[in-house]
Amino acid sequence: MLAALLIVFREVIEAGLIVGIVLAAARGVAGRGRWVTIGIVAGVLGAALVAAFADGIANLFEGSGQELFNAAILLVAVVMLAWHTGWMASHGREMAQEMRKVGAAVARGDKSLVALAVVVGVAVLREGSEVVLFLYGIVASGGVSATGLVVGGLLGVAAGSAVSALMYFGLLTIHPRYLFGVTSKLIMLLAAGLASQAVAFLQQSGTIEALATPLWNTGWLLKDSSIAGRLLKTLVGYTDSPTGMQLIAYLATIACFLALVRWVHHRRTVTPAPVSLT
Amino acid sequence: MNARNRYGFGFARLALVGAVAVVLAAVAGGPVRADDDATLTLKLKDHHFDPAMPSIPAEKRVKVTVTNLDSTPAEVESDDFKMEKVVAGGATVILTIGPLKAGEYEIHDEYNEDVSKTKLTVK
Repeated sequence: MLAALLIVFREVIEAGLIVGIVLAAARGVAGRGRWVTIGIVAGVLGAALVAAFADGIANLFEGSGQELFNAAILLVAVVMLAWHTGWMASHGREMAQEMRKVGAAVARGDKSLVALAVVVGVAVLREGSEVVLFLYGIVASGGVSATGLVVGGLLGVAAGSAVSALMYFGLLTIHPRYLFGVTSKLIMLLAAGLASQAVAFLQQSGTIEALATPLWNTGWLLKDSSIAGRLLKTLVGYTDSPTGMQLIAYLATIACFLALVRWVHHRRTVTPAPVSLT
Repeated sequence: MNARNRYGFGFARLALVGAVAVVLAAVAGGPVRADDDATLTLKLKDHHFDPAMPSIPAEKRVKVTVTNLDSTPAEVESDDFKMEKVVAGGATVILTIGPLKAGEYEIHDEYNEDVSKTKLTVK
């Protein structure tokens, strides 16, 4: 039961942390809860579908279907996070000012919220399909301990959700003035980590052949598979044995996000806009 | 203010161009030599790997074929290098690993970690 709890817990915190960051990043945007809920529900349904067709997906594209599928949804999440970051860069300052004035301000951000719903959806989809497969395996193999393992799995879901909620409320204790600064940096590192994971899948499928040897292994210090490793993997893209191409993807994503934000700010200052003296 | 922004924009373009150039160079530099790949065949039965102590050549890409003879799904994974793939019950998958440096690398089935854990020798 403890083993089941741990496995499910590890998967749930990965998706849950992403949901927490997204919720905090969208603070003050009207309709945030609805879109994030849509993302979670769609992700859970998608996860069940992916688990049901796991064998079929694996056999697509000469047996590389699973890797290409995972890489594709990770890259979709990266693009959506970039879109949101660009949107926040052009609206975040006004939103932060409004929130300071009114406490809980309402800003229009439907398009950005669709992007965030997609990010939540693919995060839940990816981690959720592994949970579903794991729990299905337990149920299918039967045995006396099956009930205990399912209970453990459900407790894992609860514990993972609790940690994610803690993360979310922790972010909310940050003053609104600084919140967007913190969440946009978190989202940049999150995206860089997802890009590096996508590269790992493309290397496993043989799609990317260059620089596939691990550069180093810090597993002696912190393993990917440990709870702390999982937390850092989601938050900053930590991995104990990155390949050269993963490192390049990680750094390139950060460079692109920084470039995007500077580009949006540049456009804003070129077009006449209300000047803020604060 | 203007000067700072112009500098900022310049830096942004530089970063973007640099990133794109590095990625293109790395992708273009990747040699295509799939024929040289070594192979390894692994079976999973009662959540144990067969062969129990597999071994592959060092500094070579290896095509690994994994057949899951159990009826329940497995996820072959390593804590020491990048490998993570679900194998449905009764299914066979192929994945690419390495090139790896010589040494011993832990591998396991994520869904049955304790029983399945073994070592992959790279030499």
